[in-house]
Amino acid sequence: MLSIKNLHANIEGKEILKGINLEVNAGEVHAIMGPNGSGKSSLASVLAGRENYEVTEGEVWLDGKNVLDMKPEERAREGIFLAFQYPVEIPGVSNINFLRTALSEIRTHRNLPQLTAKEFLKMTKEKQQLVEFEAKLANRSLNQGFSGGEKKRNEVFQLAMLEPKLSILDETDSGLDIDALRIVSNGINKLRSPENAFVLITHYQRLLEYIVPDFVHVLYNGQIVRSGTKELALELEEKGYDWLKELHDAESIHK
Amino acid sequence: MEKDDEMLEQLANREYEFGFVTAIDMEISEIGLNEDTVRFISAKKNEPQWLLDWRMKGFKAFQKQEMPSWQNFKMPEIDFQSISYYAAPKQQAKYASLDEVDPELLRTFEKLGIPISEQKQLAGVAVDVVFDSVSVTTTYKKHLNELGIIFCSISDAVREHPELIQKYLGSVVPHTDNIFASLNTAVFSDGSFVYIPKGVRCPMELSTYFRINAENTGQFERTLIIADEGSYVSYLEGCTAPMRDENQLHAAVVELIAMKDAEIKYSTVQNWYPGDKDGKGGIFNFVTKRGACRGERSKISWTQVETGSAITWKYPSILLQGDYSAGEFYSVAVTNNMQIADTGTKMHHIGAHTKSRIISKGISAGRGQNSYRGLVQMGPKAKNARNFTQCDSLLIGDQCGAHTFPYIESKNNSSTIEHEATTSKIGEDQVFYLNQRGIDSEQAIALIVNGYAKDVLNQLPMEFAVEAQKLLSLTLEGSVG
Repeated sequence: MLSIKNLHANIEGKEILKGINLEVNAGEVHAIMGPNGSGKSSLASVLAGRENYEVTEGEVWLDGKNVLDMKPEERAREGIFLAFQYPVEIPGVSNINFLRTALSEIRTHRNLPQLTAKEFLKMTKEKQQLVEFEAKLANRSLNQGFSGGEKKRNEVFQLAMLEPKLSILDETDSGLDIDALRIVSNGINKLRSPENAFVLITHYQRLLEYIVPDFVHVLYNGQIVRSGTKELALELEEKGYDWLKELHDAESIHK
Repeated sequence: MEKDDEMLEQLANREYEFGFVTAIDMEISEIGLNEDTVRFISAKKNEPQWLLDWRMKGFKAFQKQEMPSWQNFKMPEIDFQSISYYAAPKQQAKYASLDEVDPELLRTFEKLGIPISEQKQLAGVAVDVVFDSVSVTTTYKKHLNELGIIFCSISDAVREHPELIQKYLGSVVPHTDNIFASLNTAVFSDGSFVYIPKGVRCPMELSTYFRINAENTGQFERTLIIADEGSYVSYLEGCTAPMRDENQLHAAVVELIAMKDAEIKYSTVQNWYPGDKDGKGGIFNFVTKRGACRGERSKISWTQVETGSAITWKYPSILLQGDYSAGEFYSVAVTNNMQIADTGTKMHHIGAHTKSRIISKGISAGRGQNSYRGLVQMGPKAKNARNFTQCDSLLIGDQCGAHTFPYIESKNNSSTIEHEATTSKIGEDQVFYLNQRGIDSEQAIALIVNGYAKDVLNQLPMEFAVEAQKLLSLTLEGSVG
């Protein structure tokens, strides 16, 4: 589904991604871990098309389409969803109205008929229940006055509504208490299907106890330095990132 | 940044939708302004002597007055001698029905999206149409007559209801009020008159559309609305003008009078031609609007959506004379390209227990300059009076400006005045967030701006709220990268 080849990117002239290679197939969940500043969130931003990143080399393909040629909204309509680490507040714009607009754009792009108001409301209700998102939050202004946890849960609610192919969750677990983490994880587990894929960007192994990944990758200094199965996350939890850093830095010197 | 510039460019090139000119036979007075001009206009309209006398008083006051100097922009030179003060479609006389109206004129209103033929009408809206200086048609007259409601042009009202005109015209905005009001008194051409009798709730929205068409003319309409005891009326005005390289002057006066327990809701969607991207042309919109809450528990509410004009200078105000009377001012003012808006309100709390509420939302884009100017005045007898003001500014891009000039005067110690103000910028983060959900930048801006202005748009009558939302989006098309 997603194919990243030798991806290099700069921000403000500084190289932050230094040759990322990653293949994600439908039905898979990949976790990307790594220390602070390793480039995890930058990778998410570059995939979503944030403007201040400059791609200098490499390719990104989504089901055979060149992602780097697309504007951010086109990527979203093609099925890339980014659950933001820090979702923004938009006063006066109701959550529901916003989702209706977004869904309408996406359905137009996919040549699907528009939902009637009744169908839309029915869908909203179902998805709210699925991801345990309170109806009162759905009717409020977009993220305005939401707690950190409520904002994260709103991201998962949006994910449920927009039904993307590829979801990138940028530290969705950060700032969540244990109950919220459980609710968010349950929601994502229910949304997993053979047709979609997830990339979980996280600092901690904790999230992976709730959402079990098929693959774990470690990002360090703008590159994936190790890939493995879920056991790799446990190993990291035990040993910290330092042994990988040392290993990687030593290899670089040999080169 | 590059994308930003590109978007700003697009914004600058936004076209004004209503910039066409109607080829219609016009009768236009000679350019220039003197006592004969005033006499000419009065004679054209077959006015009684008392009205001509009043016009003359206005003209004398105009000659003595100076241009205001306190506003937050450089007052342009206006050559009052280069303007024609009267223009009217030739084939006018009286229209008994729409069939008699020049078809070219009807086509113009169709182009403007104004439904004046009654069968095509928005449900429950009566429309009066003023084309240049003359009121062309008033719809639903019969139905309103049955309820004793008078809704007609000011000229008709002078003929048919002289006692009301003589009593109330100039009673809220005196002929000496300010230079533009004095000028209007001298040369006002037409406008709308509304009288709602005691205890009547007007069953439909009343609406007037103003259109400037002719070249080198000014528009000086006069609106007078009287809501007698216990009555209610909601009134809406809309306005457009052709695109011309020279500036055109619009100096209107609106007076509202609410008696005991009466309520007037006055909404404006102002979309005069704003000039081109370099600030060439556009309407100078110098308007005096004032309402008087004369009776106890009366209420007046001004709602304005200001998107057009090269310069907007207007401060719809309310004199809260009756005890327990209430005033409201809701405003969205947008300035784009080189547009300037200096607008706000004045709330004069005179009676006891009077209340006022001010919600002002400024939006600046391009190189537009947007100033909120508001006065809240608590008189010595305004015991326990209360005011709440919220005044927000939204900036789009980095070449525009937002300014706030709140004035507060209190002459008693039992009144309460609250003022809140915020300034924010449409963030790239907000736009990107919406982009990431499949919404393009144009639509993202529209969503954000409409969300920002929601408290004001909610005050508009339903049919017009939708129009105003579209207008806002259109005015700001392409303004953020």
